[in-house]
Amino acid sequence: MKQIINIAAKEFKDYFISPIAYIVISIFLIITGWFFFSTFFLFDTADMRNFFSMLPIIFAFVIPAVTMRLFSEEMNVGSYEILLTMPVSFTDIAVGKFVAATLFSACMLFPTLSYPIFISFIGEVDPGPVIGGYIGAMLLSGAFCSVGIFASSLTRNQIVAFIIGAAICFTLTILDQLLFFVPQSITEVVAFFGADSHFQSISKGVIDSRDILYFLSVIFIGLFGTYLVMQERN
Amino acid sequence: MIQVKNLTKYYNSFCAVDGINLEIRKGEILGLLGPNGAGKTTTLRMLTGFFKPTAGDIMVKDISILENSLGVKEMMGYLPESAPLYHNMLVYDYLYYVANIRGIKKDSIPSRLKELSELCGLSDIMHQSVSQLSKGLKQRVGLAHAMMNDPEILILDEPTSGLDPNQIAEIREIIKRIGKEKTIIFSTHILSEAEATCDRIVIINKGKIVADDSTQTLKSRAASGSTIHLSLYDSDYYADNADNKNSDEVVKLLKSITPDIEIIKKDPVEKGVISFEIYSSQNQKYSDSSKDLRKDIYLKIKETNWIIAQLSRESQTLESIFHELTK
Repeated sequence: MKQIINIAAKEFKDYFISPIAYIVISIFLIITGWFFFSTFFLFDTADMRNFFSMLPIIFAFVIPAVTMRLFSEEMNVGSYEILLTMPVSFTDIAVGKFVAATLFSACMLFPTLSYPIFISFIGEVDPGPVIGGYIGAMLLSGAFCSVGIFASSLTRNQIVAFIIGAAICFTLTILDQLLFFVPQSITEVVAFFGADSHFQSISKGVIDSRDILYFLSVIFIGLFGTYLVMQERN
Repeated sequence: MIQVKNLTKYYNSFCAVDGINLEIRKGEILGLLGPNGAGKTTTLRMLTGFFKPTAGDIMVKDISILENSLGVKEMMGYLPESAPLYHNMLVYDYLYYVANIRGIKKDSIPSRLKELSELCGLSDIMHQSVSQLSKGLKQRVGLAHAMMNDPEILILDEPTSGLDPNQIAEIREIIKRIGKEKTIIFSTHILSEAEATCDRIVIINKGKIVADDSTQTLKSRAASGSTIHLSLYDSDYYADNADNKNSDEVVKLLKSITPDIEIIKKDPVEKGVISFEIYSSQNQKYSDSSKDLRKDIYLKIKETNWIIAQLSRESQTLESIFHELTK
């Protein structure tokens, strides 16, 4: 546990040492801000549904950019050897990096809390969907971070890691729009694997254990996959 | 302290390390020598638990690395080849992070860092970014990293490669200093370095151990196998066929000193002489360095009319042993 905190703290600090953090956060805020406010006044409703509805698609590209360096860079520089010869287990490393990336996503989301505050000045905001939306956003970013870390553990090339991560996250996001391609008998099963529907139901303010379980499962599978890749590599 | 049993590593079908058996005692400085691609780094990486061996086991203080690699890693400090550090961190932050991971108590970290920075000569660069450091400085930071928790075993992979002569001398000095109480295993392909710092030398080639001895033994083994060059003025140089006749005579003469020396006729080193190379390695009498074969050769030739043009001894170096074993 102590080692997880040590690794997470180091990786988290690393984000802010390099310019990556500031660039990614800025881009994220510009894109979400523009998409949100460009239509906000047209709908004339004081809610954040529009913001949360496009969050999965934006996350599908931003989160892999956040996680791509976590393993790839270490393997490329060779510091992976140093990390693995210190008394830390594979689990410590994978979970530590996951915690750091998820915390970073939280930092990225934090400035958007100003939106509901701003909206509350011009109209009555229903707190349920907003709170649900942020809980869902955290779960979603956790799931995508886990997938992104898995992608990063596969290769020493950060660009490849980003593309693999973004491809998986994007597929998870649009899966429920692709249902007409699959046979009817398995549509429900395939639909359950889509991240978007689970996220949208939480962001309506309905906290369902199935949705939470879904995100926790994705996190677990991603981290376990990372663990297996690390074990296989040596 | 460390027992390596039948250690084997395959990369796909390529065999990098082939059944190495080794026992390393406490307080030993062991030098791992070998040509490029001999399996030095792979062996060290398995010792540190970075690679899993394909077969075989490593026991450190009776703890198997296969069963409890974390326990073994706690006892070891490791400096990988060319010290790959996190280059976006400051030296101080990096060492602080390592200290945390190595489980050093929060309040004793600053004093430990101070100690290490003095030992490794880092005091002036603690505030610099790792990416700005030269290779030698990085190597020193790596050394501080390896010694962080005062490990009982230090494993250094080519600690002096790419350094300038001053830095090499410094690193060697540090190794010697800490080697008084610690077990150190380091790899190198510089022979003089192994000779100067190690108690024991293991030479590996193509994944196998080809020599494993104390530095003293290896050195004396090298010295005993000396070669003597002898040239004599040849009175009948211009006479037909005289050359062979004369050299046969000389061989007979030299053999009369002791029959089990090996004499090989060489091309003359200059005009008008005949030259020989004389090996005495098999001869017990002359394996002791105080008994010099040259004396006996001189005395023997003095009895005849031959005139010596050259009589010199070339001792076999560690280099030639290395060369022979890793051919």
